[in-house]
Amino acid sequence: MSEPNELTHPLTCHLRADGTPLDLAAYRACDGYQGLAAANQLEPSAIVAMVKASNLRGRGGAGFPTGMKWSVLPMGPDAPKPKYIAVNADEMEPGTFKDRLLMEQNPHLLLEGIAICARAVEAETAYIFLRGEYTLCATRLRHAIAEANAAQALGNVHVYLHTSAGRYMCGEETGMLNALEGKRANPRTKPPYPGISGLWGKPTVVNNVETLCNVPAILRHGAEWYQKLSRTTDGGTKIYGVSGRVKRPGLWELPMGTTVGEILDLAGGMQDGLKLRGLLPGGASTAVLTPDHLDVAMDFSAPQKVGSRMGTGTMIILDDRACLVGVVANLIDFFSRESCGWCTPCWSGLGWASRLLDAMEAGKGQPGDIEKLEHLASFWGPGATFCALAPGAADPLRSCIQHFRQDFEDHIREHRCPHEGWDA
Amino acid sequence: MLTPAEQSEIQSEVAHYPYKRAVAIDALKIVQKHRGHVSDEAMDDVARFLELSREELEGVCTFYNLLLRKPVGKHVIWVCDGVSCYLTGYGRLCRKLESTLGIKPGETTKDGKFTLLPIVCLGACDHAPVLMVDDDLHRDLDPQRNPGAVEGVLKQYE
Ligand SMILES: Cc1cc2nc3c(=O)[nH]c(=O)nc-3n(C[C@H](O)[C@H](O)[C@H](O)COP(=O)(O)O)c2cc1C
Ligand code: FES
Repeated sequence: MSEPNELTHPLTCHLRADGTPLDLAAYRACDGYQGLAAANQLEPSAIVAMVKASNLRGRGGAGFPTGMKWSVLPMGPDAPKPKYIAVNADEMEPGTFKDRLLMEQNPHLLLEGIAICARAVEAETAYIFLRGEYTLCATRLRHAIAEANAAQALGNVHVYLHTSAGRYMCGEETGMLNALEGKRANPRTKPPYPGISGLWGKPTVVNNVETLCNVPAILRHGAEWYQKLSRTTDGGTKIYGVSGRVKRPGLWELPMGTTVGEILDLAGGMQDGLKLRGLLPGGASTAVLTPDHLDVAMDFSAPQKVGSRMGTGTMIILDDRACLVGVVANLIDFFSRESCGWCTPCWSGLGWASRLLDAMEAGKGQPGDIEKLEHLASFWGPGATFCALAPGAADPLRSCIQHFRQDFEDHIREHRCPHEGWDA
Repeated sequence: MLTPAEQSEIQSEVAHYPYKRAVAIDALKIVQKHRGHVSDEAMDDVARFLELSREELEGVCTFYNLLLRKPVGKHVIWVCDGVSCYLTGYGRLCRKLESTLGIKPGETTKDGKFTLLPIVCLGACDHAPVLMVDDDLHRDLDPQRNPGAVEGVLKQYE
């Protein structure tokens, strides 16, 4: 692998080993804000065209093409005003921990991405919607915003930090708009999409932190360079991560399309005495893959071909000593607690599934429970619920039953958790 | 009544939004910072200030995990129960906290020093299991792999 540098690792090459953040001077010293300078020489439509050509796709989990999202906003003197940018820095999905790194260590990179986006869509105001628990990010972003404002580095956009008070639904894009308006983070009906009618009914871009952090380098080095960073048709690099009982959990910026096995190797493989049983490739809402899938490229299409998704690209490793029913019970408990209650299959069904799984893990499962769980999950499909929270819960549940049905059956038949050695 | 300090902090947030009610969550966080939790009285004070009904504000307040409607101890210990922590020693960490503090999740120690509460993934999964005390994140706290770490963390708080 080549030494990390700007042309190979545009997101992370300037991060310091000790984790201290780059201040404005240090950021400028490595050509920071040059992407914005390049953008300032272009018409908004040319910026959008460049981002489209780069094949940058959203890093928040769904992978929507970023340039396309920006191109939806009404432009010109007759467009509704003001227009907004809402930066999704909620990062509450279990197993996902990548945006924190960028905000803590290179806050100006995000600010520059916001400023370029603002120019591209003629937005006046940007809110960074940060989860309340990220207190170090908050301190560092506040400092960076103050530095940038004092130096008038951001052009015409006003950037404000909104620190949330914690709820997974705030990360869902329309839930986030409600939360920014001071309401419960219930989802909104789509269409209209936020690009047409978002915050306070005005056109709004919602983008993930990592997505926006990719934009400055695209402006500086061009769409073609960016596309070529990737091993696949989805442009750029990706920050991949690994957690679970591996030797070296962590985060790495790698070419988009790096395989599951290569990423796992960087994490040093499994801890001594443990074997890989499965993995959730990109956070709690992605379907489980098995050791048969080590060759799958982590991009927006290859995992889908084997029934999963790249999601946020941060993998959760399941080892052979862990109790899978316990893991699934933990996941469904999360989704059940965090459901906003807006639709019945979600608030009622997740609660029911959670109780069934807890009972099963405690040795009180009944014959037929597995079928009940499958039946409940069948009401959480896309289109059956208001937003993607319940579909996100269905994926790990259904896939774990599919790949590891025996574990569920053993719990029911033996009236206990058979994983004696497992001590969570 | 909101204190002058609370009022000015809330007012400076209002300046960032086109509508006053947008700061409902910030305002609740601000009174909680000053008063420890959001009491019934605080709820009334904020509702009056933002010209919202008490019921509407209650709906907002109860939605968010970090807004506390009941009194808590001097320090809140938030233990991550996300899946990566679950896989790497969350259970051992919880039992250690429960035995050291003599309380269960949701409870406050007799001396009023600590309240123990669960929280969803803290986004530090590569250093699981983790917890947060007030605003500080503490990582790699499996009592098996890192003996003494939990005690070390608790000692930092007066
Ligand atoms: C329940 C739920 C939670 C989500 N949480 C986040 C989050 O924390 N951060 C994020 O960027 N996207 C999150 N998303 C995805 C967003 O809805 C949206 O797709 C994304 O922010 C768009 O940005 P992007 O196009 O740059 O990826 C979540 C989606 C759902 C359904
Ligand atoms: S699961 Fe605990 S920090 Fe992510």
